[in-house]
Amino acid sequence: MTEPLVCVRDLRIGATTDSGRKVEIIKGVSFDIAPGEIVALIGESGSGKTTIALSLMGHARPGCAIHGGTIRLGRHDVTGMTERQRAALRGTEVSYIPQSAAAAFNPSKRIMDQVVEITSIHNLMPRAKAEAKARELFRALALPDPDTIGSRYPHQVSGGQLQRLSAAMALIGDPQLVIFDEPTTALDVTTQIEVLRAFRSVMGQGNMAGVYVSHDLAVVAQIADRIIVLRGGVVQEEGTTEQILTAPAHAYTRQLLDAFEPVPHVAAPKTGAQARPILQVDNLCAGYGAIRNGEPAAKILQNVSFRLERGRNLGVIGESGSGKSTLARAIAGILPAYRGNIQLDGAELKPDLAQRSKDQLRRAQIVFQLADTALNPAQSIETILGRPLTFYHGMKGAKRAARVAQLLDMVHLPNALRHRLPSELSGGQKQRVNLARALAADPELILCDEITSALDTVVAAAILDLLKELQRELNLSYMFISHDLSTVEAICDDVLVMLKGRVVEALPAARMSAEAVHPYSRLLISSIPKLDTGWLKGLEQDPELIALFARR
Amino acid sequence: MSMSLRLPTPARLGYSFNWVGRIGLAVILFWAVIAIIGPWITPYPTGEMVDFDYFGPVSQKFWMGTDYLGRDILSRVIMGARYTVGIALAAVTLACAGGVLLGMIAGVMGGWFDTLLSRLLDAFNGIPSLLFGLVVVAAVGSSIPVLILTLAAIYLPGAYRFARALAVNVNTMDFVTVARARGEGFAHLILREIFPNILGPVLADLGLRFVFIVLVLSGLSFLGLGVQPPNADWGALVRENIEGLSLGAPAVVFPSIAIASLTISVNMFIDNLPTRIRDRSA
Amino acid sequence: MLRSATTWLLVGQRFGIAAITLVIVSFAVFFATELLPGDVAEILLGQAATPEAVAGLRTAMGLDEPAIWRFLSWLAGLASGDLGMSYVNNVSIADMLSGRLANSLRLAGIVTLVCVPVALFLGIASAMWRGSVLDRLVSMLTISVISVPEFMVATLAVLIFAVWLGWLPALSYGVDVDSWGAMLRAYAMPVITLSFVVAAQMIRMTRAAVIETINTPYVEMALLKGASRTRMVLRHALPNALGPIANAVALSLSYLVGGVIIVETVFNYPGVAKLMVDAVSTRDLPLIQSCAMIFCFSYLLLITIADMIAILSNPRLRR
Repeated sequence: MTEPLVCVRDLRIGATTDSGRKVEIIKGVSFDIAPGEIVALIGESGSGKTTIALSLMGHARPGCAIHGGTIRLGRHDVTGMTERQRAALRGTEVSYIPQSAAAAFNPSKRIMDQVVEITSIHNLMPRAKAEAKARELFRALALPDPDTIGSRYPHQVSGGQLQRLSAAMALIGDPQLVIFDEPTTALDVTTQIEVLRAFRSVMGQGNMAGVYVSHDLAVVAQIADRIIVLRGGVVQEEGTTEQILTAPAHAYTRQLLDAFEPVPHVAAPKTGAQARPILQVDNLCAGYGAIRNGEPAAKILQNVSFRLERGRNLGVIGESGSGKSTLARAIAGILPAYRGNIQLDGAELKPDLAQRSKDQLRRAQIVFQLADTALNPAQSIETILGRPLTFYHGMKGAKRAARVAQLLDMVHLPNALRHRLPSELSGGQKQRVNLARALAADPELILCDEITSALDTVVAAAILDLLKELQRELNLSYMFISHDLSTVEAICDDVLVMLKGRVVEALPAARMSAEAVHPYSRLLISSIPKLDTGWLKGLEQDPELIALFARR
Repeated sequence: MSMSLRLPTPARLGYSFNWVGRIGLAVILFWAVIAIIGPWITPYPTGEMVDFDYFGPVSQKFWMGTDYLGRDILSRVIMGARYTVGIALAAVTLACAGGVLLGMIAGVMGGWFDTLLSRLLDAFNGIPSLLFGLVVVAAVGSSIPVLILTLAAIYLPGAYRFARALAVNVNTMDFVTVARARGEGFAHLILREIFPNILGPVLADLGLRFVFIVLVLSGLSFLGLGVQPPNADWGALVRENIEGLSLGAPAVVFPSIAIASLTISVNMFIDNLPTRIRDRSA
Repeated sequence: MLRSATTWLLVGQRFGIAAITLVIVSFAVFFATELLPGDVAEILLGQAATPEAVAGLRTAMGLDEPAIWRFLSWLAGLASGDLGMSYVNNVSIADMLSGRLANSLRLAGIVTLVCVPVALFLGIASAMWRGSVLDRLVSMLTISVISVPEFMVATLAVLIFAVWLGWLPALSYGVDVDSWGAMLRAYAMPVITLSFVVAAQMIRMTRAAVIETINTPYVEMALLKGASRTRMVLRHALPNALGPIANAVALSLSYLVGGVIIVETVFNYPGVAKLMVDAVSTRDLPLIQSCAMIFCFSYLLLITIADMIAILSNPRLRR
């Protein structure tokens, strides 16, 4: 093997928490990267993958500092450099593609100025030549209007385009190493494909090495040569992509892979058509903004109809902006629908929740995506869970305390947790409390709005198991909103595919991949990365479909 | 249950103050104690002329010298703490309580109530604070209730604006939506869901407003429109003894130091609050 | 640079809002002054006046007419530049005000020229080198200045420059201003005092605004492109902090027109603020109203200008 381009030995990075406590977040990590090789750093949140990637640029986020070990990049010893020397390295030897290009582009400057900035900081080439090179890169990255896109401001181009523009920004200085920091995590799946393809093609042309930080094994499988699995700042396993995917040696890696295996969901038996559905929605229309002539300025939902039978689960999938969350809000009455009809167990629900009876409110509960913002940070878990008990059931004192303990037990949390504040809980624990609060109402229907999307795969899988278990015990029905097809497949009986506020297709979840007929459904299904290194290469999508439905 | 009452105190959330903040806090507490126990610790009756000389120097008998009538400055500064701290505290409490309540209502309710109130109070902000105080006090005459109400009125719009912005932020959070979807009433939303989450920044803001009020109050007194003789707050003490300045009398120095020590330490304390308390909105 | 029609629409909208606010304010000012206790006619005629005499004067002054009518005619007068006559000495308010306003504006102008560059420089510099010796020094100084009553700053300035050093006269007005040197000396004390007070506020707010933008991902991105600290702050952070900085400057400057009462008193400087306080003690309603309107107008004008700078500097707002 040739001399490695990057050589990291026993890297240790420490952080100071808000309370002044010092913790070590990277605990002696070592690895090499050969020239031209793409290495993926895989791990869940808190595994230290981004911290390691940034340290390759000699950068530590505020509050963090490199405590020990060495990082060698080419002939430079990054750890031993002064800040000025490191600055000279950034952009020319090693460059960075951020997770959210939308946040990483300066909103007040034109795109071209920012893309070519590296060349002017490091005096690499005259401005005209740099702009020509940028346009070349825009073409290579398959950006639309490569000659004029640079004169726009960041807010004038789409998220997927910005992500590719940030790649152009990183590549303009011909670096030897490019760091990809979860660059497609914030994108929709149909957009993600095009961005991944663009990355692959530019990385394949030059002889650049790359570090690809991600939590998504399927995405990484398409682009990386080698994978390093991290957990809690320690390397768990290191191997070629093929080996990690097919023959994982470490138990944790297997756990990560297992979370990918779709758990077949046994569909609940269909009740007769004459049975009363728990939820029936007819021609629902909702939107935001000033209401004129009984219609809001921005119409989001348009004529959505479906029925959800008792004991069954309905999945709603769609990309951002498809109106799937708005649907949940309209059903919960948070955003009153301006037209259409909602029936809960045969009884009509008024559009505005203020006009619904307390019992109606109790029977349908909504659970939100981010447990961080869905739990009041100033209240203890006991207060959070106790409030609906008092509110709906008038429980007080010992009776309420006993019920809180019961609820915590139902979501598999220790009773001792009830004195904690939400900030003292892990992400998975918070989401369980979030669920327990909905259960406190003794609901019949739970609207789950992307409740596993913000969680790490292993934790999300556990939450799905919990949902199934609760369903068996409590005879619940779920309306499950998600952008993630495999999650929906794992728990739902039926699926609605939404696009731009309309339902384009409704079909049983089990036969989804095989039988979807609407072109958008097909596009969506085919865009989901598979745990197969050849998936992206072999993927053929109809360009007309893409032009029609994907917002790139 | 021994641990059933675990409030989110600073210590529990892992906040700690650095030494600058601690010094600030110590000075604030010092003046608070002085203001409370003042009447029992003054070495001389505050109104009485105890020295035959006026503008007396610092001495064993008079630790801070004497004023233009030969009264003991230490006693007057101690009693002045009552007026300055007391009036400012009352005013700031009124201003913040009113402002925060209105701000939360406007922030959560939105609509015409919010627009109207915000516009009105914004315009009110344009009137220079000290000038407004002067005009009101000159017109109605100075008394302690008038001073408190005027100062509170001056600083209410700012507190309103601050609390409203915070409340609007918190109001968009999912836990408030969950409570609303549960069917909770307006009062519960404001008092239980929103208020505890803006309390930190609101208290920090209250501290800064307290400083401004002390300054405006001292300014009013300095212009002769604040606390009226024979009583005197620190600003009035400076005014009374300003002629002593050229004589090098300590009479004007100590009240000035008292004002500065209080306001600077409040600022020091607020500035060094852990950022998580100051901007919980983030 | 090209500005689209919507930009101008937005700018026009801001002016519209300012104008509406001004009307609301004038309404509030008029009726607030009406609430002032004490009757002008009684005050003017003294305690010995007969009720008939008071009634006669009230009719002559038009005080008998309904308040809303007097408000409208006053507003119409304002709009046409007629500020009315003083109740007290029967001089046109415009005449009484013009000299004083010129004084106030002159002082404000000089302070602005001194202050704004210094404050912006120090604010930006201390944000750029956050935690450095300079930053701590500036921080300490600004905290001290904003924590201390203005009269103490003024008194200290007198003590240092007039009493100990003997460089400058303690009072500013009444000195013959016949040369540049004399003028410099005459204005020096109020200018120094006000500059300290106003600059301290501005420095703090500027620093905070710049630091806020420094903590954004796009500034971190600039760092990761190899940009120097100066480039990060000046090219990336500053353009995005322009709006808040303009707002901070506007707030501080608005203070210079009406908020300088202490300085006017200590240095015996005849400005508008003092005129207004005097007007209150004589219950000269038209004068009070005019002064209040001047303050609110200057505040609104400055805030609107700052708003506009924010709009024009933000491409998202001016698309």
